[in-house]
Amino acid sequence: MTIFATTPSQTVGPYFAIGMPWDAGPHVVPDGTPGRIRIAGTVYDGDGVEIPDHLIETWQADPEGRFADLHGYGEQSQLEGFRGFGRCGHEGGDGTYEIVTVKPGSVPGPGGTLQAPHIDVTLFCRGLLHRVVTRIYFADEVQANASDPVLASVPAHRRETLLAQPVAGGYRFDIRLQGEGETVFFAV
Amino acid sequence: MSVEHEHETEIYDPVTETPTSYLREGPDAQPPLDSPGYKSTRLRHPTEPLVYLPQTLTEITGPRLAPALGLQESDADLTRQHEGEPIGERIIVSGVVRDTEGKPLRNTLVEVWQANAAGRYAHRWDRWPAPLDPNFSGAGRCVTDREGRYRFTTIKPGPYPWGNHYNAWRPAHIHFSLLGRAFAQRLVTQMYFPGDPFFPYDPIFNSVRDERARERMISSFSIHGTQPNWAAAYEFDIYLRGPSATPFEEAH
Ligand SMILES: [Fe+2]
Repeated sequence: MTIFATTPSQTVGPYFAIGMPWDAGPHVVPDGTPGRIRIAGTVYDGDGVEIPDHLIETWQADPEGRFADLHGYGEQSQLEGFRGFGRCGHEGGDGTYEIVTVKPGSVPGPGGTLQAPHIDVTLFCRGLLHRVVTRIYFADEVQANASDPVLASVPAHRRETLLAQPVAGGYRFDIRLQGEGETVFFAV
Repeated sequence: MSVEHEHETEIYDPVTETPTSYLREGPDAQPPLDSPGYKSTRLRHPTEPLVYLPQTLTEITGPRLAPALGLQESDADLTRQHEGEPIGERIIVSGVVRDTEGKPLRNTLVEVWQANAAGRYAHRWDRWPAPLDPNFSGAGRCVTDREGRYRFTTIKPGPYPWGNHYNAWRPAHIHFSLLGRAFAQRLVTQMYFPGDPFFPYDPIFNSVRDERARERMISSFSIHGTQPNWAAAYEFDIYLRGPSATPFEEAH
């Protein structure tokens, strides 16, 4: 079989906002879905300065641990209107992003393990030649986090950067691209 | 019809053939996040090593976005999004989205955005003195058909200056966003045009160090796709990561 090489990645540049964000993008679930939460945060560069323009994408299971997959792979989410995907393309200048979603359930992990509730996150911005990937875990899922195989593989002193902290109405999850408190990024 | 085209119509079942893991690329397959020639990378590249993420159900699945976006035909024709026609060279940009085994990815979202013929983006931060075109917004979307094909009608974008270094210009390009079939396949890239004189001077294009890899970002002119008295055609096939293991059925 011929194996082709992949098309290389390039930066989204400064003008992605003309094509990528759409109004309902940050809404992973429709209005009125029980258990809705807001996950919001700020993205910082290596000087600790807010990055004014960036694009955040999220992908997650529903509270039962089921996905709304493109081709219906695996058990499918039964949650009305659940998209599982969020996209927030803020360029307001204060470096913030926000998605409205529900807390995911546990999803199977490698070798018969169970993963703690998590959300996969992609970050794009000017100055990133390809995406960086991180995961949102939830600081209040102490027990589930303690047995999560991915968290276990992260150096203990850096795990904190993956934990969204509970706040009124949801969670706060900041991303630091570089330097002190640098967020853990993954090779997928 | 060519042999290659027949291969594209091969029927497959996207559910039973959903890859359970994707090839992990070597460190040189993608441009380095720390790329000093491109100044904005300086404070934005992580300095800690990436942590290996096993590919679980979260990474091998992906969203169905076409219904959420309510796609219309005009989303794929950037020349028909306003009352009048945009100024510039009308072109057709099309291609096939495949994985690295050559398998077409059907029903996957392709998004584009670009400058107008004068090299100006319809974006409030783009302020260089080139004219805006009231008939051109520069954004398009479509999903691939069952053969993995996408197709846009648009205007050939112009090159534009930027502030990275003295006399810096971006080669003409169209930004492409690919959702793929799985979170693991997500790609954002730029499509370039053959023979662009700005290639040797552009740190973004040249951040991809392997010349053959750079060539995979350059579209090719197609006289066959060109429509008489209407539009010149450029073809741009896109390859996303494919499965990491030989499919099970080949073992028996
Ligand atoms: Fe651009």
